[in-house]
Amino acid sequence: MVDEKEIWTILEEVKDPEVPVLSVIDLGIVRSVNTLGDAIDITITPTYSGCPAMDVISMDIRLKLIEKGYRNVRIQQQLSPAWTTDWMSEEGKKKLKAFGIAPPNPKQQFCKAEMFQQEAVQCPRCDSWHTELISQFGSTACKSMYRCLDCKEAFDHFKCH
Amino acid sequence: MNTKLFLYTLHLADNALILAQRNAEWTGHGPVLEQDIAITNISLDLLGQARNFYQYAASLYNGFSDEEKEVVDRYVPRLWKEYNRELQEDDLAFLRDEHQYLNLLITELPKGDWAQSVLRQYFFSAFQVELYQQVQQSKLVQLSAIAEKAIKEVQYHLRWSGEWVIRLGDGTEESHSRMVNALGELWMYTGEMFEAAPYELVDVASLKEQWLAKVEKVLREASLEHSKQTWMQNGGKSGRHTEHLGYLLAEMQYLQRAYPNATW
Repeated sequence: MVDEKEIWTILEEVKDPEVPVLSVIDLGIVRSVNTLGDAIDITITPTYSGCPAMDVISMDIRLKLIEKGYRNVRIQQQLSPAWTTDWMSEEGKKKLKAFGIAPPNPKQQFCKAEMFQQEAVQCPRCDSWHTELISQFGSTACKSMYRCLDCKEAFDHFKCH
Repeated sequence: MNTKLFLYTLHLADNALILAQRNAEWTGHGPVLEQDIAITNISLDLLGQARNFYQYAASLYNGFSDEEKEVVDRYVPRLWKEYNRELQEDDLAFLRDEHQYLNLLITELPKGDWAQSVLRQYFFSAFQVELYQQVQQSKLVQLSAIAEKAIKEVQYHLRWSGEWVIRLGDGTEESHSRMVNALGELWMYTGEMFEAAPYELVDVASLKEQWLAKVEKVLREASLEHSKQTWMQNGGKSGRHTEHLGYLLAEMQYLQRAYPNATW
């Protein structure tokens, strides 16, 4: 018999290849873990439709479980309900900030910005709110680029989704 | 119904893939680094949507009866038939010929200058937002799930491209004249979005009014006016394409045609 709790704990060791401070649990992309006998069924949900990290994440989950002695693993992707940044854990948001990436604001308040409006984002380095958007799109699908007008540093923002 | 669903899924996939490929031509050529990154991020989102649709189309086909396979036979790549394995997403993207593609003509037009690329993206994203809302509310379970996921990405594309249309249209003399030219080139390709094809499972004609209202508002803000002509180009949805698609496919499909089943 496989203990589901044990699997959830192991999944905390599997990191997002693009943002290596976040585990797949922090990201909120693991939708379910089911076990039957020695079979493990894991459902994950993609962050963005074209996120190239998803295939890597599936493989990393499998490798991590094999390393821990679990071989009968099935991983499937589920699109609906669509992933949102609201599923990211508070712990995950803290880790992002410590890593230098501004964490996502809560979705219902900020996600629907109109043209030429920008979301207020706090600088992860000096905590100033005096920041401006450089671009809606950044180094990966999930990030936008900001600059802090106080400490003058440019930074990534994990955008609301 | 199943065969219609297959063709409709291909149509949605082809739109996303062809525009993804066109926008990707800006890689390393964008006007500034941030915008180069922006338009190629949009490509990546569209490519992801295309993959989801192609995967679904392939799974539909693999579950078809012989009769159903016969009905859609002319859309299935000839080369794949020699492979003796199930149909996969890559076969649909890399082995079909021009006349088997069902994308809108507007997606295959050359990237042109920056004005033309952002205006095309704006017209298409404004359409995709309306379309995906309809698909999401439909009873087509898997298409609805793909649309639910994709629509959040498309909202970002719409906002970005709308801002560019206004910025350039209402910008300098040079940027304004480029937008006027782009609008002259593209307007006659917008009608096809709302002309229903026999396989279409969403009433696209009903989306036109909202699309037009939204687009005209942005064009006004951009000090631009579209042509009043009502004659529109069409043909892409039934596999009759402009000369541009063949060149695009030749480049995109080169590797799989030269080295069948190559992977890395």
